[in-house]
Amino acid sequence: MASSILVVGEVEEGRLATITAEMLGAARRLSGDGTVTCALIGSGVEASGQAAIALGADEVIVVDDAALAEYNTDTYLQAMLKVAEQASAPIILFGQTDMGRDLAPRLAFRLDTGVIMDTIELAMDGDRLQGTRPCYGGNARAINVVRGDPQIATVRAKSQDLAAEDSSRQGTVTKIDAAIDQSAVRVKVIERSGVSAEGVRLEDADVVVSGGRGLGGPENFDVIEDLASALGAAVGASRAVCDLEWRPVSEQVGLTGKVVSPTLYIAVAISGASQHMAGCSGSKNIVAINKDADANIFKAARFGIVEDFAKVMTPLIEAVKQEKGG
Amino acid sequence: MHIVVCVKQVPDWDIPPSSFKIDEALNQVVPPPGVAAVPSQFDTIGVEAAMRLKDEAPDTKVTIMSMGAESARDVIKHSLAMGADEGVLLTDALFENLDWYQISLVLSTAIKKLEGVDLVVCGRQAVDWDMGVAGSGIAEMLDWPALTIGKQVKVSDGTLSVERVLMDGFETVEAPLPAVVTVSNELGEPRYPKLQQIMQAAKKQVTIWAAADLGLDDSQLGAGARKLTLEKLYVPVSNVECEFMEGDTPEEMAQNLAKKLAEAKLI
Ligand SMILES: Cc1cc2nc3c(=O)[nH]c(=O)nc-3n(C[C@H](O)[C@H](O)[C@H](O)COP(=O)(O)OP(=O)(O)OC[C@H]3O[C@@H](n4cnc5c(N)ncnc54)[C@H](O)[C@@H]3O)c2cc1C
Ligand SMILES: Nc1ncnc2c1ncn2[C@@H]1O[C@H](COP(=O)(O)O)[C@@H](O)[C@H]1O
Repeated sequence: MASSILVVGEVEEGRLATITAEMLGAARRLSGDGTVTCALIGSGVEASGQAAIALGADEVIVVDDAALAEYNTDTYLQAMLKVAEQASAPIILFGQTDMGRDLAPRLAFRLDTGVIMDTIELAMDGDRLQGTRPCYGGNARAINVVRGDPQIATVRAKSQDLAAEDSSRQGTVTKIDAAIDQSAVRVKVIERSGVSAEGVRLEDADVVVSGGRGLGGPENFDVIEDLASALGAAVGASRAVCDLEWRPVSEQVGLTGKVVSPTLYIAVAISGASQHMAGCSGSKNIVAINKDADANIFKAARFGIVEDFAKVMTPLIEAVKQEKGG
Repeated sequence: MHIVVCVKQVPDWDIPPSSFKIDEALNQVVPPPGVAAVPSQFDTIGVEAAMRLKDEAPDTKVTIMSMGAESARDVIKHSLAMGADEGVLLTDALFENLDWYQISLVLSTAIKKLEGVDLVVCGRQAVDWDMGVAGSGIAEMLDWPALTIGKQVKVSDGTLSVERVLMDGFETVEAPLPAVVTVSNELGEPRYPKLQQIMQAAKKQVTIWAAADLGLDDSQLGAGARKLTLEKLYVPVSNVECEFMEGDTPEEMAQNLAKKLAEAKLI
């Protein structure tokens, strides 16, 4: 059965975001011979239209306006309402991103329909989208269906396969006028401060080394950083560590932090609570170092060491350097 | 200023994953015996956010609103012991198994009925379903702005100012009251009620409203009015078997791990 799908795209630093590419792949797979439309809302986003077509969009709807340079619920909601009307797709997908978390529910309620947040699997049952999502802190999975129209869902990063890029694909680009009604804009963005991570971006890293509360203090993150630099890895942390302000929030892995799916995830002194695993269970290989043999992290780990981190980390860093050098 | 904090009662999340059970026939979680239901974690942080505003402006009134079973009175009591003034318990058989559209409808209708509410505080997501929708839903139904995932909440001269947590940073946004804010754990630890406050809380007023008091009935709250249905609820299975590194000393274990990782071409 064919179903047209609207993917709400995002452009980061002039490039189509990975989550958008993933959603285009998913939309292509789910839509049958229906139309896949990609919306690009922002300022200077038109240039990414071709990239969206190459990744599977048949049609791109661009709302490019200086007033949309940064995300604001009110201006983006106005733009989204116009895009939704133009595309008139029965299914709308957002990324589970800063924008998707805030805008998808708002749009759903404005259109008197339902929304499934944070899906990790998508399937079609006739003309209805079935979204599978983790709930109860990652302990359970729910399969939900929206009974209103349009059907709106957000998609978790790293949960969908990218479509193969084909630069010869053809598609149309339609520009629509933002014409923001400023009198309906109540929210004002005062300032935004970004944390720019040095080195490898956590969410894109192929190897991640994360530390937990069991490290005992921020100073002990030395061993995490040293192992990470020996492996060319990014550094992650549990929420307990970020709540204690040992590490910045932007390093938090988990349900309310970042989702990572590296080839190798090394968890040091992390208990492996379900909410932490929600952010790293997509890793291909998990290695755990924990002094408690019963820690939950070992249930998801391929390799484990039951020992005090203080005793194993220095020799581990040495051994890793040797293996890499040799 | 009148603040309403929405606090949901949920099964305790702080249990070993092995004791988490689902009745797959009913698509329902089976709480482990003897484990009490608790206020959703971010909602207690919402109460803290409201109390900080009350600390600054003592003439602020804080009302706790919870929709759920009769037992949700306990989460209201806990919030009242943190210093809130009054409670509203929304309880009715019609309030069971609602979708988020209906949850937002019930809560926003009750907020309207209270009259004169300036600020509604919700958690960024309730820790049972982890959906993160009702805050925006309430705002949309009241036609108010919603500032989501806040780590700091301030009010001055009728303007709400919220520092929001982003994936890679923070942003400060403002909106005029009345408005909704949802809060995250980065706001800080909620205060712990003192014994004397717990005793005082017992005397504070809790109003009980049923669907009829809100002018709502089966046509809005019944299964037929749901915009989101739950098809299935299950526990995912993992089939990873951990290989523990052997060795007489920590050094040997570390070396064995490095060898294994190299053999598996992971480093
Ligand atoms: C709604 C909600 C959302 C949440 N979101 C997240 C999230 O996004 N990310 C997240 O991480 N958490 C999240 N949490 C919190 C989560 O439940 C856990 O509390 C948290 O992950 C625990 O962090 P931890 O493993 O570092 O600390 P702990 O649970 O304290 O574990 C420390 C571990 O270190 C081990 N240890 C101690 N000393 C040593 C030593 N010397 N050597 C080796 N090992 C040692 C201990 O055996 C223990 O296993 C959330 C919770 C809730 C309720
Ligand atoms: N039954 C309820 N009673 C009171 N508040 C609720 C209820 N359900 C949701 N909320 C509020 O809405 C927030 C978001 O919930 P949710 O959309 O379910 O993740 C929660 O953190 C609460 O503040």
